[in-house]
Amino acid sequence: MNQHALLFFLRGQGLKFAVIVFTFGLIYRLLHPVLLGRKKNLAAPRGGEWGPGMRTIWHRSLFPVRLTPRGHFIIIAGYIFHLGFLITLLFLSQHIELVKNTFGIYWPALPPGAISIAAVLSIAALAALFVHRITDPVKRLISDFQDYLVWVLTLLPLLTGLALDMAADYQRMLIVHIISVELLLIAIPFTKLAHMLTTFSSRWYNGAIAGYKGVKA
Amino acid sequence: MKDHETLSERLAEQGISRRAFLKFCTALASLMALPPESAAAMAQALAKSLRPSVIWLSFQECTGCTESLTRSYTPTLESLIFDMISLDYHHTLQAASGFAAEKSREDAMKNFYGKYLLVVDGSIPINGGGVYSTIAGRTNLDLLQETAKGAAAIIAVGTCSSFGGIPNARPNPTGAVAVSDIVRDKPIVNISGCPPIPSVITGVLAHYLTFGTLPDLDDLNRPRSYYGTTIHDRCYRRPFYDQGKFAKTFDDEGAKNGWCLFELGCKGPTTHNACATTKWNGGTSFPIESGHGCLGCSEPHFWDAGSFYTPLSAPVVNIEATTLGAAIAGAGVAVAMSSLDRNKIHRAQQAHEIMSVKDL
Amino acid sequence: MNLQRGIHSMIEQIDGPMASFFSSCVHCGLCADACLFYTETQEPKYTPIYKLAPMRRIWQQQFTFWGRLLFKLGLSKPVTDEELAEWEPLVYDSCTLCGRCSLACPVGNDITYMVRKMREGMAASGHAPEGIKEATRRAIELGSPMGVTINTLKAHIKHAEKETGIAFPLDLVGADYLLVLSSAEIAVFSEIIPAVARIFHQAGISWTMASDGFEATNSGIQIGSSDLAAELVNRIVKSAEHLKVRYVISPECGHAYTALRWEGPNLIGRPFPFEVVHIIELLDQLQSSGRLKTTGTTDARMTFHDPCQMVRRGGVIDQPRNLLNKIASNFVEMPESGIQNWCCGGGGGVSANPRADELRLKVFSRKKSQLDAIAVKTMVTSCSNCRSMLEEGIEHYHMDTNVIGLTELIAEHLAEPSEEPKP
Repeated sequence: MNQHALLFFLRGQGLKFAVIVFTFGLIYRLLHPVLLGRKKNLAAPRGGEWGPGMRTIWHRSLFPVRLTPRGHFIIIAGYIFHLGFLITLLFLSQHIELVKNTFGIYWPALPPGAISIAAVLSIAALAALFVHRITDPVKRLISDFQDYLVWVLTLLPLLTGLALDMAADYQRMLIVHIISVELLLIAIPFTKLAHMLTTFSSRWYNGAIAGYKGVKA
Repeated sequence: MKDHETLSERLAEQGISRRAFLKFCTALASLMALPPESAAAMAQALAKSLRPSVIWLSFQECTGCTESLTRSYTPTLESLIFDMISLDYHHTLQAASGFAAEKSREDAMKNFYGKYLLVVDGSIPINGGGVYSTIAGRTNLDLLQETAKGAAAIIAVGTCSSFGGIPNARPNPTGAVAVSDIVRDKPIVNISGCPPIPSVITGVLAHYLTFGTLPDLDDLNRPRSYYGTTIHDRCYRRPFYDQGKFAKTFDDEGAKNGWCLFELGCKGPTTHNACATTKWNGGTSFPIESGHGCLGCSEPHFWDAGSFYTPLSAPVVNIEATTLGAAIAGAGVAVAMSSLDRNKIHRAQQAHEIMSVKDL
Repeated sequence: MNLQRGIHSMIEQIDGPMASFFSSCVHCGLCADACLFYTETQEPKYTPIYKLAPMRRIWQQQFTFWGRLLFKLGLSKPVTDEELAEWEPLVYDSCTLCGRCSLACPVGNDITYMVRKMREGMAASGHAPEGIKEATRRAIELGSPMGVTINTLKAHIKHAEKETGIAFPLDLVGADYLLVLSSAEIAVFSEIIPAVARIFHQAGISWTMASDGFEATNSGIQIGSSDLAAELVNRIVKSAEHLKVRYVISPECGHAYTALRWEGPNLIGRPFPFEVVHIIELLDQLQSSGRLKTTGTTDARMTFHDPCQMVRRGGVIDQPRNLLNKIASNFVEMPESGIQNWCCGGGGGVSANPRADELRLKVFSRKKSQLDAIAVKTMVTSCSNCRSMLEEGIEHYHMDTNVIGLTELIAEHLAEPSEEPKP
């Protein structure tokens, strides 16, 4: 298979396969827990569930007020990684073109320079978090193989995307970039990366459980 | 036309100065990214070289490649190249017809066996035994196999002979294939493009005449000196790409300002060719300069690689329905699995033994 | 087999929130900083989510694609008795179910909810600490984890009646409120009994106590056995229904409140025909409606220790502050207060588990540093268990702080009745 055929496959059937696995799997991962349901709470409520649940979804995205230095590091690096990743993913014009050509919706892009900065910061945050994962005793204890695997899978699209415009061979790097993205898409439903959706149900449950008792979680 | 006459003698006969010839060689050398001093060596070698016999076979093609080579300014440097070779068979250009034409091919094959160059344009249909294209009652496949046997090397001119080209596009009813799919025991140079750039053809011939070898080739057997970089790498609109300035339609402000055509489907980043540097029509321009993205015509399967107007970053298949379908299927399976799992939990609860203090 | 029973019990406990929480954990390690057992020891094994490791594997092996597959292929190691035994100190000795980690988790996992559920499996498999087992046995067999009986209570009542001159209604059918107490209140902090009587007398409340359901603590909740917890809750429910009360007053005891108010109806499988109010909640109601009148203020600098189960896990947050602000002119909050308060270290059964004593006192350093930050000598709280733990901790660290119960403090500032109490 020459590069063109490979690229064509990756932009076609390969992408289709990855998107099917991703969408099917992620929807499954979100809905399966929720559909397991929970017992009706027979205690008299002090507060609602919906509102507090939604509030917690939003509230846990905000910067926590009190943190230890260790906590500060995790939160700041986590923020930078997530924001950098999302900015790169959502505001690079080439990525918007993908969405536009698939779903017909689009929005303004950010200049490539800004995207590069976001990607570099995101990579730096990932690197810092990796070092933290292998040096922090807590993180080392609770980490398993998957944590390192998804770290690599998340890093690769950022790296290859950033390398795309510097690469001697654009096409080869584009191929590597798309492969890394499709691997990531396929991995998401099978790994902790499913938190990209399940965090919403988790936060909702957390907020709802507390809200029922009149506590703002 | 006397055979075996050297090029310098023929040039002198036509009144072309040595100076003009040197200029031609310098241009070729620079195009092929050879060191400047090689121009003189090339001129010397070319001047002394005997004109090799060339057989040009045209198969499933549109004659665009020949047009590209011949319909140029007069007098062109490209036309000079015909003075360097002895074109013994080219059914568009030759005066002879019918049996006489075929005889000239057979004679050349016999007289220069193992030495002649074979140039092919057009793809070779192989379905139904190759009946889709015949010349003088013989299939292209048959002609190619026969002619290739005695060739010193084969130059596949145009994307059809290089990679199958448009005849090879889906659903490819004739079973069109490239020369390299048929002939596997000869050196082959692919000069792809639809059509290819004329000076690339002359450059490769000049290289062969000068050094007696084929130029350095890439993984698709294309001369690296012409196909080593992409249109994107050398595009004058590249700064706009780097700044993220893209034309969104063919008539918006961006288009008028000459911004990058990536979002209008330009295949420049994945297309290896020399258009952006050699340009076309005597150095006038190349497609992007006229406001249209590159189609990627010098690459394999360019016709099937999605719409010309789909950006490279967008899928070549429609995944909207698939995505929706996968989401619905995921939801459906989640409903089914969670119901099974609820039963599992329920069974565990049914089997629950009430705990008493004795169990502590 | 106990192990199988425990594993089955954990499977029983899997529900939407559990599956969602397990799915969401990204191993960020932030919960460690929210747990005083980690912050005070810096031992990674006290990271809250790590305490769930065996149950997480059961979830994976029973409910996820890869987990099921690997388990079937024998590539995912089954949970063993040894493993549960190893985890027992993590699940019981170093978790007070205080709920602070549940507020810290960035993906929203309610880790406390998870540990509570995991304890069901631990208890069913026999891997609960001996101390909590003993307490539970006493609660079921003797009626109180501390071995307090109705006779002990009656003796206190007699004493209090003499002290206050107020008659104590016992088993009064048709009263509005049923007061239940915690063992510690009866055994250790019995000052509360006359204090409550005086407040209720002034506010003119129709109340009673029940000789069959006077004890509100619930070791079943702490050990993690819903069956035993239900049995204990049922005593109060039966008494309340028998006495036809409209309200049951949960005493100054954190987990008794959780057991009665939030878990109770779910444990017995039906809604209560009465309302459960925390004594602090009731006092606040009485005060804001003008039925409870206080007089004078205390100038001493005071702070309030939020009992986790009443505040963070219970929702009675502003009421103690409303009450304190009326009578304490120098009320100051600790650096992290309200739902962010740090646990005394003895909740969730830790206080009933002598094995955990050393660890508990070690991690009390968290409370100490909180108190040191505001240099307050008087700490008010509203949970008799917290109060015991605080006193022990203060003693251990040779601190000069005294701890008082909020209800007693209110009683001390009770205005002399200027008119006849309402009927």
